Amino acid sequence: MAMLQLTGVRKAFGDNVVLDGIDLTVSAGQMVCLIGASGSGKSTLLRCMNLLEPIDDGAILLDGTDISEPGRDPQPVRTRIGMVFQSYNLFPHMTARANVELAPRRVRGQSGAALSDRVAALFARFGLADRMEHYPDQLSGGQQQRVAIIRALAMAPEIMLFDEITSALDPELVGEVLDVLRQLRAEGMTMVLATHEMGFARELADTVCFLDRGRILESGPPARIFETPQEPRTRAFLSRVL
Amino acid sequence: MTRLLTTSTLALVLALPAVAQTDCAAGKTIEEGVLTIATGNPAYYPWVLNDAPESGEGFEAAVAYALAEEMGFAADQVSWTRTSFDQSIQPGAKDFDVNLQQFSITPERAQVVDFSVPYYTSAMAVLTTGAVVEAGAEPTVASLKGLVWGADANTTAVPMLTDLIAPERQPLLYGDNVDVTAAMQAGQIDAALFDLPTALYLSAVVLNDGVLLGQFPPERSENPDQFGLLMEKGNPLKECVDAALGALKDSGRLAEIEATWLQDATGVPVIE
Amino acid sequence: MPTRREIFEARQRRRANLVAAGSTGLVVLAIVVLVPLAPGWEAVQRSFFNGEVFARTFPGLLNAFLMDIAIFAWCAPLIAAAGLLLAIARDLRAPALTPVKLAATAFIDIFRGLPVILVIYLIGFGIPGLGLPRPWNSPYLWGSLALILVYSAYVAEVIRSGIESIHDSQRAAAQSLGLSPRDTMRFVILPQAVRRVVPANMNLFIALQKDVALLSFIGPVEIFRQAGVYKSLLANFTPYVGAALIFLAITIPATRYADHLMSRQKRARS
Repeated sequence: MAMLQLTGVRKAFGDNVVLDGIDLTVSAGQMVCLIGASGSGKSTLLRCMNLLEPIDDGAILLDGTDISEPGRDPQPVRTRIGMVFQSYNLFPHMTARANVELAPRRVRGQSGAALSDRVAALFARFGLADRMEHYPDQLSGGQQQRVAIIRALAMAPEIMLFDEITSALDPELVGEVLDVLRQLRAEGMTMVLATHEMGFARELADTVCFLDRGRILESGPPARIFETPQEPRTRAFLSRVL
Repeated sequence: MTRLLTTSTLALVLALPAVAQTDCAAGKTIEEGVLTIATGNPAYYPWVLNDAPESGEGFEAAVAYALAEEMGFAADQVSWTRTSFDQSIQPGAKDFDVNLQQFSITPERAQVVDFSVPYYTSAMAVLTTGAVVEAGAEPTVASLKGLVWGADANTTAVPMLTDLIAPERQPLLYGDNVDVTAAMQAGQIDAALFDLPTALYLSAVVLNDGVLLGQFPPERSENPDQFGLLMEKGNPLKECVDAALGALKDSGRLAEIEATWLQDATGVPVIE
Repeated sequence: MPTRREIFEARQRRRANLVAAGSTGLVVLAIVVLVPLAPGWEAVQRSFFNGEVFARTFPGLLNAFLMDIAIFAWCAPLIAAAGLLLAIARDLRAPALTPVKLAATAFIDIFRGLPVILVIYLIGFGIPGLGLPRPWNSPYLWGSLALILVYSAYVAEVIRSGIESIHDSQRAAAQSLGLSPRDTMRFVILPQAVRRVVPANMNLFIALQKDVALLSFIGPVEIFRQAGVYKSLLANFTPYVGAALIFLAITIPATRYADHLMSRQKRARS
């Protein structure tokens, strides 16, 4: 079943066309990896899915509802779609726990022991039980990114978007974040990732999409994209990064 | 005898304007043969009419020309300049020979600058508005105590306010008398203490509905306000100025000028 | 056992300290010796640094300074609150609230563009001149309002610069969690922005402490006016020097503290 469906999505910043007719279907429980050079439109595509950027044309359907309809309140949609950013974007003036509890409190109206127990359980599940009261600047990059993931998960989203979440990390910290993704994958979370971790995409993705100049040039199961790419530009990109 | 001498000197001066000053002032002015007199900027009625001291109209302007004449300067040998209060009492060299700006003579000021003998002894008057009088203010100290008072902070009205009236509420003080009247117009103060001529001017010209409630005669205060000409400390011209003022007093000329330009000073009730 | 570098650096430091102390001493000596040699020194000393006048007027000045402190004390919190509201109003994005946003923008432009003393005059004399009854025409009331208007405009601009300095990714992160624009501002943007501009605002409040003296132009007898009264009575400027010392006793430590906060923040961010 198609959880998220994009048809003919277009987005331009002035004269600069960033997304040029994107068609993409993400089924429930699937993991889709977006690969491609910097500036190919991966990040913008994710930001459009979360309605951080309004699209110019085309449609984005979440569970069959057009969420990209101009004038529609984006807020309720965003509570159903979690997003994690390359630069963590934790709120630096709050502890890890406060970062995670803010949205459930304000948006869902949750509070008390029910919330704190649930949040504590999330921290424990991702190995950060002893870091709950730390401030972001007291945490390593990998820990901060894991808190950011927990923060998104605390809203119990139906789908998670990850925007190059390991790109800002020191190499030795990448593993702990990818482990979280593996864990989520195993739990059946629907996920869309923009990533440069080709090994990871190959290992876990259901579908890999190669973006080039705002279009999905080629998509399919990782084995086919990585072993036998059809497009010359895909081949050129892969030979550069592999 | 002195009188005779002065008169003859005067006649001499009138006959030979080019010869100019008497011996006393010779070589003691900033510019030889010219008496440089400072006044306020602007200068007010009734001290100087129309801010034009050159006309000789107004009490201080008239005193200035009479004094100059007495010292042997013809009218065209008088040069006017303008100074602020602060400039005048600053230590150091002055750019005027004498400064005529309703300076009250105080011993403290006299340590920094020189004053001539007084040319005017002022009564202090209570300036208020018709509205305050209608509300029941009377020219008695008891009644005045209950008013909200204002004064120009740079004048001796400030300590006199405390000495003579001792108001119940702390007075409000201002930088100049325009601000005092603005505050009175705004109803922020009921009354203000000024020397009589200033109070007359303000009530007649500046304030709508201005009333002079009463005056304290000079002898009521311990130190009645006396106006003197201000000069640089140690100015050798002082003896000439004092002598000339003495002559003007003796001849009755000063009283005449006061009557001419400050004649309004009558008709304000005395405060018991 | 100090390392070779430590020994070298200790020697360098000692030499630098000696040079600094020596040159400072020379300058102070020159001032102390040369200035009294100036021909006008005695007159200046009598007028500006008169010990007798100082002793006589200083208690009165201190007493008048209480008025400055009182005015500051009731203005400062109101300025902080008004500045915050203005900054928020100026940042409003909802179309329905455009009039509020425009009003806030105009307010800030106008009051930042006017000399404080002018606003004090216009409001302190002007509004009571409309015929308000006592106590509503009090110069304390309207003078304080003038300070509040002007300084809240300054504070609003400082806070707004703080809001703008918060990276857009913070807003994006808050929005991606489904927070409303209002909650985003209240819980994510403002707390960071306000914290970031604390030193700049402290400098504003130091300036306010000095500008309280401007209220004297419309009547209140605070320290500056009291010094002026003494100056007129005694024909001596020493009371101004006394007032200056009292101001400095407050403002120098406050300025140092603001600098300290600023450099600590800079370190924390680098």
